Amino acid sequence: MLRDVTIGQYFPGSSVLHRMDPRAKIVLLLPIIVFIFITKNYFAVALTTLFVFVLMLISGVPVKMYFKSLKMIIFIVLFTSVINLFYGRGEPLVQLGFIKITEAGINNSVFVAIRIITLIIASSMLTFTTSPTELTDALERLFKPLKVFHIQPNEIAMMITIALRFVPTLVEETDKIMNAQKARGADMESGGLIQRVKALVPVLIPLFVSAFRRAYDLAMAMECRCYRGGEGRTKMKVLKMSSLDFFAILIVFLLCIGVISCNVFLPAAVR
Amino acid sequence: MNIIETVDLSHVYGANTPFERVAVDNISLSVKDGELLGIIGHTGSGKSTFIQMLNGLLKPTSGKILLNGADIWEKPKEIMKVRFKVGMVFQYPEYQLFEETVFKDIAFGPKNMGLGEEEIKERVLQAADFVELKYELLEKSPFELSGGEKRRAAIAGVLAMDPDVLILDEPTAGLDPMGREILLTQIMSYHKKRKNTVIFVSHSMEDIARIADRVLVINDGKAVMLDTAQNVFSRPDELEKIGLRVPQITKIITGLKKRGYNLPDGVLTVEEGFDAIMRLFKSKGVGVCSEM
Repeated sequence: MLRDVTIGQYFPGSSVLHRMDPRAKIVLLLPIIVFIFITKNYFAVALTTLFVFVLMLISGVPVKMYFKSLKMIIFIVLFTSVINLFYGRGEPLVQLGFIKITEAGINNSVFVAIRIITLIIASSMLTFTTSPTELTDALERLFKPLKVFHIQPNEIAMMITIALRFVPTLVEETDKIMNAQKARGADMESGGLIQRVKALVPVLIPLFVSAFRRAYDLAMAMECRCYRGGEGRTKMKVLKMSSLDFFAILIVFLLCIGVISCNVFLPAAVR
Repeated sequence: MNIIETVDLSHVYGANTPFERVAVDNISLSVKDGELLGIIGHTGSGKSTFIQMLNGLLKPTSGKILLNGADIWEKPKEIMKVRFKVGMVFQYPEYQLFEETVFKDIAFGPKNMGLGEEEIKERVLQAADFVELKYELLEKSPFELSGGEKRRAAIAGVLAMDPDVLILDEPTAGLDPMGREILLTQIMSYHKKRKNTVIFVSHSMEDIARIADRVLVINDGKAVMLDTAQNVFSRPDELEKIGLRVPQITKIITGLKKRGYNLPDGVLTVEEGFDAIMRLFKSKGVGVCSEM
């Protein structure tokens, strides 16, 4: 059950996206997300959607995995898009009491759905094609300017690495404990909400106990190896921008120009 | 009579994905009522997957599991009843303890069975007796117990359900020799008293040799041997090929035999080995004064 969570998983590969510098991937993801959200008409949306879909196909990650990560948020997508359906100005197409559906409302709901879906696909792409180590390396580098505020990027990087490192361990542990309690007749699949939450107690308590035990063990092991915060450590893999990354920047820049010109020169469908 | 039977049982992890892996491959097995079956196999051989199917925690990809002749997955809604009948003690069971007191933790299983308070109490005390847990420990928090006591408390939690079949997955792993000895003796005396079926998974050939009536050897998800302990351990070459070994004492005795000493076949425990060697000494007229 927990194995179905695909957001944040890494799929090893050698596609163009895998070979990019992780810093470039993180930084470029931001304008992509921003421009997904400022699209104002169907041409702009088509452009961003096409862009994301092409990236999805060249990422070398099975398309099924993207759909799996979408499955988790399908409820949010439906919910926001249904809510948006009723919030449109203009002439109502359908009127049912105080509920009215306008053309702008339909546009709104379609836009919201497409935006969220492309957003999730774009961000899963980052984690699908970037190993956790690369990701933290990149974050460590990107957080460096925060040193001015006495924030230690290397400590943050270490914390992220440890957290990520323990996700699969804890998932496995949860599975084991759940099985052990199920073997003693714990029922986790039926009953109402309150019953289900109650049924989690026999799983959560042992899980916390073991998480703390692991944390102490790890702290001890780190101290035994004289870990002092890791400041100024050299890297085994030094991050380097290549021509590939500059090419990617150019592509994203072109996408931005495309979206802006669609927004400016073509009529807007949503506010 | 057979209490548990598996028919062409298979389990595939991640079917139809790139990570597809056959963990259990067509195992057919009959476990007789009251038998003590040992299961050995290399790490990752599929023995844990196999036993998890026996009490319905994992659904087989294909094949059937018959409990008292009835398919356990015939009525999926009643799988819970199967889990009460086939008690499972996982590896490192002490990590499942969660209640405020040891008593409540042992009572978790019986409570889920829907038993009355009186009966729950009786069962908890009985289970505590089997694992020789002192009554004053029952009111303590499980997290205050020592490692060995925690392990025994967790095993008592399964025994309290009074299962017809008890499955133990490496119950002695991580215990010191003393704790190991105590636990093994307790399992054997439980088996003797309750006369129920016990399935015992272990890495320790010595443990298996000592307590099992029959031994199932699993390799790569397949059942490669199923025979009495004596017969299984008389095939050391085959066992070594799949990364297992025979008990040390068996190896010593067969080694001596090869060198021409007149010793019996199928020696599995140190006691048997000791007796055999003493008899040999006596027959040769060598006087030995020793005690064991």
